[in-house]
Amino acid sequence: MSSITPADVEVGAKGDGGAPGRPGRVSFGGMSLNLRSSGIYIAFAAIVVLFSVLTDGALLTPQNISNIIVQNSYVLILAIGMILIIIAGHIDLSVGSVVAVTGALAAVLMVNMGWPWPLALLATLVAGALIGAWQGYWIAYFGIPAFIVTLAGMLLFRALTLTVLGNQGIGPFPDQVRTLANGFTDGYLGNIGLGPLGGADLFSLLIGVVAIVGMFTAQWRSRHARLGYGQSVEPMALFVLKLVAGAAVILFLVVQLARFKNLPWVLVLLAILVLAYSMMANRTVFGRQIYAIGGNLQAAIMSGVKVKSVVFWIFVNMGVLSAIAGIIFAGRLNQAGPTAGNSFELDAIAAAFIGGAAVQGGVGKVVGAITGGLIMAVINNGMSLIGSPSERVMLVKGIVLLAAVAFDVWTKRRAGASR
Amino acid sequence: MTEHILRMSGITKTFPGVKALQDVTLSVRQGEIHAICGENGAGKSTLMKVLSGVYPHGDYEGEIFFEGKRCEFGGIRDSEHAGIVIIHQELALSPQLSIAENIFLGNERAKRGFIDWNRTNYEAGELMKRVGLRENPTTPISDIGVGKQQLVEIAKALSKKVKLLILDEPTAALNDDDSAHLLDLLRGLRDEGITCVIISHKLNEVTAIADSVTIIRDGRTIETLDMVTDHVTEDRIISGMVGRALDNRYPPHEPTIGEEALRIEDWTVYSPSQPDRKVVDGAALTLRRGEIVGLAGLMGAGRTELAMSLFGRTYGVNISGKVFKDGKPITIRNVQDAINHGIAYASEDRKRYGLNLIEDIKRNISAAGLKSLAKRGWVNENEEYRVAEEFHKSMNIKAPSVNSVVGKLSGGNQQKVVLSKWIMTEPDVLILDEPTRGIDVGAKYEIYTIINHLADQGKAVLVISSELPELLGLCDRIYTLSEGRITGEVPRQEATQESLMHLMTKGQE
Repeated sequence: MSSITPADVEVGAKGDGGAPGRPGRVSFGGMSLNLRSSGIYIAFAAIVVLFSVLTDGALLTPQNISNIIVQNSYVLILAIGMILIIIAGHIDLSVGSVVAVTGALAAVLMVNMGWPWPLALLATLVAGALIGAWQGYWIAYFGIPAFIVTLAGMLLFRALTLTVLGNQGIGPFPDQVRTLANGFTDGYLGNIGLGPLGGADLFSLLIGVVAIVGMFTAQWRSRHARLGYGQSVEPMALFVLKLVAGAAVILFLVVQLARFKNLPWVLVLLAILVLAYSMMANRTVFGRQIYAIGGNLQAAIMSGVKVKSVVFWIFVNMGVLSAIAGIIFAGRLNQAGPTAGNSFELDAIAAAFIGGAAVQGGVGKVVGAITGGLIMAVINNGMSLIGSPSERVMLVKGIVLLAAVAFDVWTKRRAGASR
Repeated sequence: MTEHILRMSGITKTFPGVKALQDVTLSVRQGEIHAICGENGAGKSTLMKVLSGVYPHGDYEGEIFFEGKRCEFGGIRDSEHAGIVIIHQELALSPQLSIAENIFLGNERAKRGFIDWNRTNYEAGELMKRVGLRENPTTPISDIGVGKQQLVEIAKALSKKVKLLILDEPTAALNDDDSAHLLDLLRGLRDEGITCVIISHKLNEVTAIADSVTIIRDGRTIETLDMVTDHVTEDRIISGMVGRALDNRYPPHEPTIGEEALRIEDWTVYSPSQPDRKVVDGAALTLRRGEIVGLAGLMGAGRTELAMSLFGRTYGVNISGKVFKDGKPITIRNVQDAINHGIAYASEDRKRYGLNLIEDIKRNISAAGLKSLAKRGWVNENEEYRVAEEFHKSMNIKAPSVNSVVGKLSGGNQQKVVLSKWIMTEPDVLILDEPTRGIDVGAKYEIYTIINHLADQGKAVLVISSELPELLGLCDRIYTLSEGRITGEVPRQEATQESLMHLMTKGQE
C-alpha cells in the first residue's frame, strides 16, 4: 500500500534501491530530486489533480475510484509481470491472448465440466504456468527473440481460445469467482454513522488503519536498521513528510471506498501482489539477477548468473499472472468470450514504459509500472467522464507513451553527454 | 632511390588524457611492401586510422603527402578516392550477400539506378582471378572461409583502383596455407605496382615479405629500416619494439609461494566462428598459492581465449584438456562452477563483461557473490551495504558513496569495483586480464598493490598483460603464449623484454 508514496526524494543513501545517482535531477534548496525515477509519481499526481478539476471532482468520488480499480485490475496485474520481462530486456506480446485462453479454460472447467471452483482456479493457474514455460523454453533455451515467440503465442493462444469457445461466450461463473473479480469485502463490523464518514464501513477502515500502521512500522524499522549500519538516511522531516503523505493517500482511498461498497477484492489482491513483487524484485537474489541481466547481459553471464533459467522463470511467472488476469476478467464479465484480452498486451507494455522502464532493459520498478497503468487508467476514465470521444482518448494515451519514453531517452543522453 | 608514394610527418594524435601518437613520421616508397611493427598499444592502428581518414583532418596534427600532394582527408571516402584502402583485422563484409555484391558494395555497377548483374558478376570474376580466388561470384560470403574472405576484401580494394593497400594483421586469423597464399598475393600485387603497408605481429612473415620496416613504440617512430641494406633480422626488429620506458614504479613484493592451486594440462580450444581453427593449442599452466604469474602474448595469441575458456567455457568450442584444483581433477561447465571452485576472472573489457554500468557500486560489488549475503534467497541489503562500504574504504574507490552509479567512475575506480566483486567471492585463483588497461599511472600503482596483497593472502594470481614492463615488474614467473601455444616459462630473474618478445613472436616450427 506504500505504493503511492508520492515522490521519491533522495539525499545520499536511498531506500528501495531503485535508481540512485541517475541523471536528470533538480535541486530544491539542497535536496536533490531524481527526476528520472520520481517524475512518474509527480506526473501521476498532476494528472489526478487535472482531471479532478476538469470533472468537478467526479474523478475522486467513491464509486468512480472503485470503478477505476476494478476496471483496470487485470491490466495492472499484467503490468507487474510485464515490467519484470522488460527489465530483463525482453517483451511479451502474447499476454492478451493468454488472458483469453485461460479465461476460457476456467469457464470450461467450472461451467461445462462442473469442477469445484477452487480446483478449477488451480488448474487454470497451472495452465498459465505451462503456457509461460512453453514460451520461456523457446526464448531462453532455444534462443528465439521474445518478440517473435510471443508474437506467435499471440496468434496461437487466440486460435486456441476460438477453438475452445467457438464463437460464443461461456458463463455464468460461480458466485465466489464473480465476487473475487467484481465483489467487495463484507461489512463485517457494520457502519459508522458519524459525521463526514457517514455510512463508511468500519472493517474497511480498520484495514486501512492496519495498512498505515504496517507501513509506519516497516519504514521505521528499516530506517533504524540502516542507521545501525551507519548508512546515511533522509532527514527526519522528509521521512515524516513522506510517511504522512503516504498515509493520507491510503486513508483517503480507503474512506472513499468504504463509503461506496467497501474494498474491492481485486484491490486486496493487487495490493498483495504489488507488495510481494516489489520485495521480490529488490530483495531476492532472483530479483537482482533480473536487473543484472537487463543491465548488462554479458557481465551477468560472467558473474555466474544462470541467465537462461532466470529468463525462463520470468516467462512462467508472466503466464501465471496472465491466468490470474484471465480469471478476473472473465469473472467480471461473468463469461469467457473469444475477444477477451484484446490488446491488453499493449496496455501492459505501455504501463511499464510510462512507469519508467528503460527501452534497453535493466531499469524499472513494479510500483512504477502500476503507476504507469494508473496514469492510463485515470486518463481513460477522466476523459470519458468529460465526454471525450474514444479516438481522442487513444490519441492522448499515444502521446503520453511517446513522451514518457522520449523523456527517458533524453535524460540518458544528457547523462552521456555530461560524462 | 625510388620516390616516396606516402610521407606522413609530425603526426600527433591526442585522446582525452593520452597522447596516442607523438610526432610520428612514416615514409613509404613507391611499389614496396612496408611493414609496421610495434607492441600492442604502440599506436600502429591509430596511425593507420589517421592515414585512412577515420580520424579526419583537423583531428590530428601533422602533414600527409600522398603521391607528392598534400592530403586533408575528411573521411574514408576521401582517402579511398585518392587510392588508399585499409583492410581491417575484423573483416567488413556482409555475410549474406554474394562475393560479387560485397566486392562492389557502395560502388555498385549500375545503370540508371538498376544493378547491372552481368557486369557485376563478370567484373567480380576478373578481380577474383587477379587475387587467385576460385569461387563462383554469386556464392554468399558466409559459405567461404576466412582466408577466402580476406581475398574478397583485397579484390574489393582492387575494384577501387587502389594504389596503397593497408592490411592490419592480415594473417592473424588465417591458417598456414591461407597465410602463405596471401603473402604470395601481396608479392604479386607489388609486382603490379601496388604499394602495401602491413601491420603484423608475425615477425617471420615480416622478414620474409617486407622491403622495409618502421618500428613504433609508445606512440613514437623509433626507426625505419631497409630490410636488405640494414640486414634486418627478427632480433633486430624485437630490439626496436621493446625497451618501452619503465616509467611505472612497482611496489616491492617478496612472495611466499605455497602449494599448487590450479593446473591445466593439454588445454585446447577451437574458435566458435571457425570451428577448424585452434585458438589455444595444448596449453599447460601451473599456478601456485601466493604467486603472481604473468601470461604474455601479443594480440591474437589466445590469452583472453585461454582465460575465458577456462572460466566456465565462456569462449570457444570443442574445449578439451584437464583442470586440477589443489591437485584434484575438476570439471567446470559454467561460470557458477568456476566460482564455486574458487576461480575468478576479471575481463580485459570491463565495460562489456565486468560491470553493469547503470547500476550502483554496491550492487556491482555484490553481483557475483550475492548468495553469501542472502538467506533462503532473500538479500540482506544492510549487510550488502556494509560489505560494499568495506571495499569502498579498503580499495580506496573514489566515489561519494556506494550508491554512486558505476558508469560515472573513472577507469581505475571501475577496475577496483570489478576486483572487489571478485574478491567478495573469496577465490583461491584470480585471473586478471589486462588489469591496468586504460588506467592512469597513479591508479595503476594502487592496482599493483592490491594484486600483491592478494598474493600475500595466499591466492594464486594470473596476470594477463600486453605490457612487458608490467609483467616484469609485477610477476614472479611469466609464461609466454604465441599462436595459441605456450612457448616459454621464465622466472622473473631470468626474463628480459627481449627474451620474452622472442618467445611471444615464436612462430610454428
